[in-house]
Amino acid sequence: MGLSQVAPASTTFAPATQESWIATRLDFLVNLSRSKSLWPMPFGTACCAIEFMATAATRFDLARFGMERMSFSPRQADVLICAGRVPFKLAPVLRRIWQQMPQPKWCISMGACASSGGMFDNYAVVQGIDTIIPVDVYVPGCPPRPEGLLYGIMMLQEKVMREKMSDSAIRNEMEPDPASGLYIPASKIDELSEPFGNSVQQTRSGL
Amino acid sequence: MSSPFAPVLPGSAIAGGAAPATPRDVPERGGPANPSAAAIAATFPASFIRSEVVWGDTTVYLRGDNLIGVVRWLHDDPSQRYDYLSDVTAVEYRDPEQELEVVWHLRSLPYRRFLRLKVPLAKGAPLVVDSVWPVYKGADWLERECYDMFGITFRGHPDLRRILMWESFREGFPLRKDFPLRGRFSRAEQLRQALSITTEGRYSMEELSVAQAFEDLPEDMRRRLSGGERTGE
Amino acid sequence: MATKTRTVEVALGSAGVDASGRAVRTPMTVTENGAVSTLEPPAMAAAPELQGEHMLINIGPQHPATHGVLRLVLELDGETVVRCIPHIGYLHCGFEKIGEYRQYNQIIPWTDREDYLNSIGNNVAFSIGAERLFGVEVPPRCTVLRVIAMELSRIISHLVWLGTTCIDLGAFTPFLWSFQERENVYNLLESWVGARLTTTATRVGGMAADIPDGWVEQLRGFIRTFPKTVDECDRMLTKNGIWVGRTVGLGVMSSDEAINHGLSGPMLRASGVAYDVRKDFPYLDYETYDFEVPVGSNGDVYDRYLVRVEELRQSTRILAQAVDRLPDGPVNSSDHRVILPAKNRAMSDMESMIHHFKQVMEGPRPPVGEVYVPVESPKGEKGYYFVSDGTAKPVRWRIRPPSYVNLSAIPKMVEGHLLSDVIAINASIDIVMGEIDR
Repeated sequence: MGLSQVAPASTTFAPATQESWIATRLDFLVNLSRSKSLWPMPFGTACCAIEFMATAATRFDLARFGMERMSFSPRQADVLICAGRVPFKLAPVLRRIWQQMPQPKWCISMGACASSGGMFDNYAVVQGIDTIIPVDVYVPGCPPRPEGLLYGIMMLQEKVMREKMSDSAIRNEMEPDPASGLYIPASKIDELSEPFGNSVQQTRSGL
Repeated sequence: MSSPFAPVLPGSAIAGGAAPATPRDVPERGGPANPSAAAIAATFPASFIRSEVVWGDTTVYLRGDNLIGVVRWLHDDPSQRYDYLSDVTAVEYRDPEQELEVVWHLRSLPYRRFLRLKVPLAKGAPLVVDSVWPVYKGADWLERECYDMFGITFRGHPDLRRILMWESFREGFPLRKDFPLRGRFSRAEQLRQALSITTEGRYSMEELSVAQAFEDLPEDMRRRLSGGERTGE
Repeated sequence: MATKTRTVEVALGSAGVDASGRAVRTPMTVTENGAVSTLEPPAMAAAPELQGEHMLINIGPQHPATHGVLRLVLELDGETVVRCIPHIGYLHCGFEKIGEYRQYNQIIPWTDREDYLNSIGNNVAFSIGAERLFGVEVPPRCTVLRVIAMELSRIISHLVWLGTTCIDLGAFTPFLWSFQERENVYNLLESWVGARLTTTATRVGGMAADIPDGWVEQLRGFIRTFPKTVDECDRMLTKNGIWVGRTVGLGVMSSDEAINHGLSGPMLRASGVAYDVRKDFPYLDYETYDFEVPVGSNGDVYDRYLVRVEELRQSTRILAQAVDRLPDGPVNSSDHRVILPAKNRAMSDMESMIHHFKQVMEGPRPPVGEVYVPVESPKGEKGYYFVSDGTAKPVRWRIRPPSYVNLSAIPKMVEGHLLSDVIAINASIDIVMGEIDR
């Protein structure tokens, strides 16, 4: 009786806007295998690198996430985990390492210094590596606890699971402006690098 | 010390005496002076300006003209034997009238003594002082850092170039008081300069001379480098 | 029993080439019981002069085995290092500049990040120096707690050195053991000050917090179990043929050279110089503790390993003594020029309120002067040189970095060694780039 309804006439099958069943299953498979075996490239510079090593050690164990194979060659890595502060002298090195990683690649900015310059608001430190390379996940902390880093990694895994192969823009390599080497406008970089909020008042010396 | 590896014990030149102890109730000024201060005043009266004892440390102020002579004497003389150079650094005061001081921290292991030497340099004139590298090899990087951060030239240093900042760093000398905390250029400009260090500039001319790598560079790079373009770090 | 022999021709690798470039075969025989012996080789033409240029190899700044962002440019003759030119500065973050814009207590978080393996030790070193500059004495409980902090710090730093050196030389297991022991110390530090790595545990005139209840028992438990891990690592490595073969005779610095280069810490002591700041220029009453300073006699990588492992044992010994003598009492100085008064006093007593106000708004101000108090950090002689002009912010805050001076000797140490030895020698210096580049 109530089951003899036919589908309403307004439902149409529109393959251009909906993912097909095969594409979603394929996406799921590909993303599952990618996210559960992300090989990290630990770009460890300072204290966060020690917490990264502690995360990889026995108590917190990155191997559960498929990440125990640290790839120190960027050519074989999936995730660049920038752990630690990045001074200006190291900026071209980081850019070069990012460019050497093949797609698909992601970036985790671990710690306050990699995310925003941290407590080093001075002449020497890049105020956030997102001014140099595109970042997927920011993990706050100084240094983040290993649980914090693991949360960030799990967040990246969820991000990877949400990717779609049909989205062609997702694997685009970011191209810096050949003249200046910057990949976001200079005014945006200056805006991101300004001291903000409470940190302006901390020193009471106006600086 | 006949063989290089016979144990060297600090305090070997002190005959008897109590074992060293944690200093207590150190007076702010006054207090027992390091006997080397009086010895320097007696041996180098032309270089000696004054000495003072602050919080237990003896500081000797010297004129810069014969610094290497004083330091060599402190190293070689059997009554002084300052065999260990702990630090070379500089201090610029907030008062613009006050001179910039270059500071050496010397330690005598046989006598267990600590001495601070200072040479004040007037700010209007070029900041030049003798290098102590001929006496202490450990001064190599310490003096390079002083040059990098303050712009002080050390006469006689074998290889005085920037060490912490990159060689083509154009903003100045960071630890000077007239250098702002966040640098002179905007953040985007600093990033632009940092990212533009040329690839071939990552090697100094000395390094490129190895393996005749210089000849392997393309013609235009060779022309630019031999024309004096400052290479990277 | 007649021995059957057969002649086996073995083509050697590239070493056996004659003048015209063909591989020379050296005949060998195999007896019935399997022993192989070479027959008299035929008279070979003289080996040709292998002409070669030297190679330029760049290690770093991003490299797993450089212990941070260090760049080594090596000139190689085959596998042998002819010259080594180190480049540093890839982690230069302007610590000393920032120190001129912060009050004394505000600088303490920076001391954590500079030598990040010895965070709490740096905090203590800073406070000792700053208290000399202010002319403030701390109570005995604080002194003993600081000794405990410094020795725990020495233990965790040496454990990182042990773990990473083993990984560099190919032994993965001690890395996991040492990092597991570090977690035990991290538990202690976390329950004391709330942070594992960047502790900021001291203040000028005292500590950030007193130890909680049950902390002493936890520490005693650690002192009981830790020597077993040290013994395990010792058993695995000290007489291990691979370890000995890879570390003996490398990177030798004689005692005169070591003193002249300004080396300090285990690098200096392995070369035979018994200079330990705790014994020769004591602080925190170290002369009242019963411990020994291990001194090597060969100045090579193996001796540095032995010195550091023995220092782990001596640190445990000092910890046991310190924990037994920990007195009760206040942990902070009562000098209200530097330490905030108790809140109820600040709210009721005019003088305390003024002290509180001045310290919070301006920060504690030392008299005009300068001070340099060295301590024995796990890397060597560490000290902070303060110059004060009477204001709340130092005029100059200089960090004397032991690893910086130790690393400057690396060109001398690696000359003549092989490329893989460079890694071992670099690991034996125990560098921390945060301290080197500041």
